[in-house]
Amino acid sequence: MQWHKNRDARDQRIEAGRKLSAGKIVDAQDATRLLEAVICKGDRVCLEGDNQKQADLLSSALLAVNTEFISDLHMVQSGVVLPEHLDLFERGVATKLDYAYSGPQSARIAQMLFGGKIQLGAVHTYLELFARYFIDLTPNVALIAAVSADREGNLYTGPNTEDTPTVVEATAFKDGVVIAQVNEIVANVPRVDIPGDRVHFVVKADKPFFVEPLFTRDPAAITETQILTAMLAIKGIYAPYGVKRLNHGIGFNTAAIELLLPTFGEALGLKGRIASHFALNPHPALIPAIESGWVEQIHSFGSEVGMDDYIRARSDVYFTGPDGSLRSNRAFSQVAGLYACDMFIGSTLQIDLAGNSSTVTTTRIAGFGGAPNMGSDARGRRHPSEPWLQAGKEADPAGLPALRRGRKLVVQIGETFGEKNVPLFVEKLDAIALAEKLNLDLAPVMIYGDDVTHIVTEEGIANLLLCRDPDEREQAIRGVAGYTDVGRGRDKSMVNQLRDRGVIQRPEDLGIDPLQADRNLLAARSIKDIVRWSGGLYAPPSKFRNW
Amino acid sequence: MQDLTFTHEVAERATGNTKLAITGVVASGNLEVLVERALPEKQCVVKIRTTVRGFDPVWKAVVDGFVERFPTGGLRFSINDGGARPDTVSLRLSQALRLMEKTEQ
Repeated sequence: MQWHKNRDARDQRIEAGRKLSAGKIVDAQDATRLLEAVICKGDRVCLEGDNQKQADLLSSALLAVNTEFISDLHMVQSGVVLPEHLDLFERGVATKLDYAYSGPQSARIAQMLFGGKIQLGAVHTYLELFARYFIDLTPNVALIAAVSADREGNLYTGPNTEDTPTVVEATAFKDGVVIAQVNEIVANVPRVDIPGDRVHFVVKADKPFFVEPLFTRDPAAITETQILTAMLAIKGIYAPYGVKRLNHGIGFNTAAIELLLPTFGEALGLKGRIASHFALNPHPALIPAIESGWVEQIHSFGSEVGMDDYIRARSDVYFTGPDGSLRSNRAFSQVAGLYACDMFIGSTLQIDLAGNSSTVTTTRIAGFGGAPNMGSDARGRRHPSEPWLQAGKEADPAGLPALRRGRKLVVQIGETFGEKNVPLFVEKLDAIALAEKLNLDLAPVMIYGDDVTHIVTEEGIANLLLCRDPDEREQAIRGVAGYTDVGRGRDKSMVNQLRDRGVIQRPEDLGIDPLQADRNLLAARSIKDIVRWSGGLYAPPSKFRNW
Repeated sequence: MQDLTFTHEVAERATGNTKLAITGVVASGNLEVLVERALPEKQCVVKIRTTVRGFDPVWKAVVDGFVERFPTGGLRFSINDGGARPDTVSLRLSQALRLMEKTEQ
C-alpha cells in the first residue's frame, strides 16, 4: 500500500517546473511553459480571482497552454472576473467551474451556461467555497497574486491579502503546487503574508496585478429617495435595536447611511450607541463618520483603491501589519460578519412576496459573493447581545427567554423602483426561471425570506419579525412596495392593521421630516468632499476624479 | 407632453396657512411641484404635465395614495414632471405639503 502518492506526484510536478526556474524565480515569458510543466489534464486549479485582486498574468499564461496536453481543468475560484477566466472555457482548457462571484462577467457567464460551454458545479458564497477547498474541492495547483516576493518565496500581498492565505493553506498543505505572480522581487519583503515554504514558484509580472475599485460610491450620485431610506434605517432600525456591530452592502443606500451618521445620526444623539464596529471593506464613504469619532474598529475582506495612506494613518481603526499597511483577510472577515455582527444591511435587485431576494436576472448571473453569508442567521451563534436578543424576542415573544435563540438583523434596503424603472418587488424571482432553464436543483437565491428581518423602502419599514403567518408577511412586504404592481396589489385594510401594530412604519410614524431628505444632509456630497474629510489622505482613482 | 388632472373630495383641511410653496427641479428623472392654498377646504386637485406618456394608472395610484395618507384639503398641486419615478414623485409631494404646513404670522 502506498500512502504518499500525492506527495510524490507533487514533487514530480515541482521537479518538472524547476527546469524553468532559477531557484523559485521564473521569467514572465516562461509562465506558460511553467504551467504546462506543472499542471496535469483534469486538475482542479484555483486561479486567484478575488473580487478585487486578479492574478492576471497567470490567467493569460494559462489561457495560452497547449490544449493537447492540458485540458478539462476544473476551475475552483471565488471570482470569475476577467474575460480570460471565461476564455479558458471557450478554448477548452477548462470545462468545469465552481465559483462564488462573477460581477463584470455576469452576462457572459449566463450565455456560456445556457450554451453548455461550462459545466457548472455550483454558485457558492465565499465562505462556502473556501470551506470546500478543505473538503472536496482542494486545488491541485493554485495560481495566486502578491505585491512582492523574496528569493525564498516569502510573499507580501499588500493591503489586498483577500483570499490568498486560504487558497494557499488548502493547496500547499494537501500536496498541491503554489505559483505566485508578483509585481517585484525584493531582498526583504515588508511583511510576510505567506511564508515562503508554501510557495513553489514565483513569476515576476511586467505590470502590477489588476485591482478593481469596487467599493467607492460617489456621493454626488446619491438621490434624495436614497437619503430618505437611509434616514428610515437609522431612526427605525439602528437606533431602536442599538446596532453597534454590523456589515454594510456596497450600494448607494448604505453609502447614504454612512454619510448620514455624522449629521442625522449625530442630531439624534446616536454617536457611540450605533455603528461602531464593522466587518467592512475600507469604504471611502465611511471616512466622515470615522473622522467624527463614530467608528472604533473595522476588519476588512479586502482593501480599496486609494485608501492605503488613509488606513495607514488610522491604525486605531483598521487592522494593519508591522509595515503599517492594511491586512485584509476575506475568510476571517466573512466569519466575523457571520458570527460577530448583529446586522447585515444591503440592497438587492428583486424581492418576492415571501421576502426571498436575488440579484440574478434571466440574462445575468452575478453570483453571490459574501451576501448570503452576511445576510443569514448564524444558527451556531451562542453569545448574546442586545440587538440579537431583541430580534429573537420579537420573532418569538412567547418563548422561554433562556432557551430562545436571538436573531441576526438582516435588512434589505432599496427604492421601490430601480434603474430604468424596474420594480424591486416581483411576484416571482427571475432566479426561478433561470433554475428551470439551466436545470439547476436550486434557484440562485441570495437571501432567503426566512432570514430577512426588515425591508426598508422610501415608503417605510416592514418588520418581518413581527409577522405571524405567511399572509401577514406578504402584506407587510406589499405594504412597503410603493407603486409597483406588487405594492398596488396590497390588501389596504390589512396593511393598515399592520401599521397600527408597528409591523409597518411610515416615515411620519417615525417622525421623519421629508424636507430633511435633502442632499445637504450628506456629510460629503462629492468625492472631493471625502478627500477633504480625510485631510488629503484618501487618493481616489482617476475615474472618480472630476476636478 | 401629456396633461392629467385628479380632483379629490377629502375629509380634512391641510394644516398651516402658507399660501404658496414650490419644491424640486424640472430635470430628467425629477420634477417641480407648485402648491397653492386656493381651493375649498374639502377639495384637493393635482394637475400634472409630464414628458412621459402612458403612465396614467401609476399617476392615479400615486395621487390616490398621497391624499389618503395626508390631509390635503384646500390645496392645488401643479406638477411639472421630467419623467420622475413614483418614489421621487411621492417624496416631492410630501415635501411640498410640509412646506404648506408652516404657519405664517
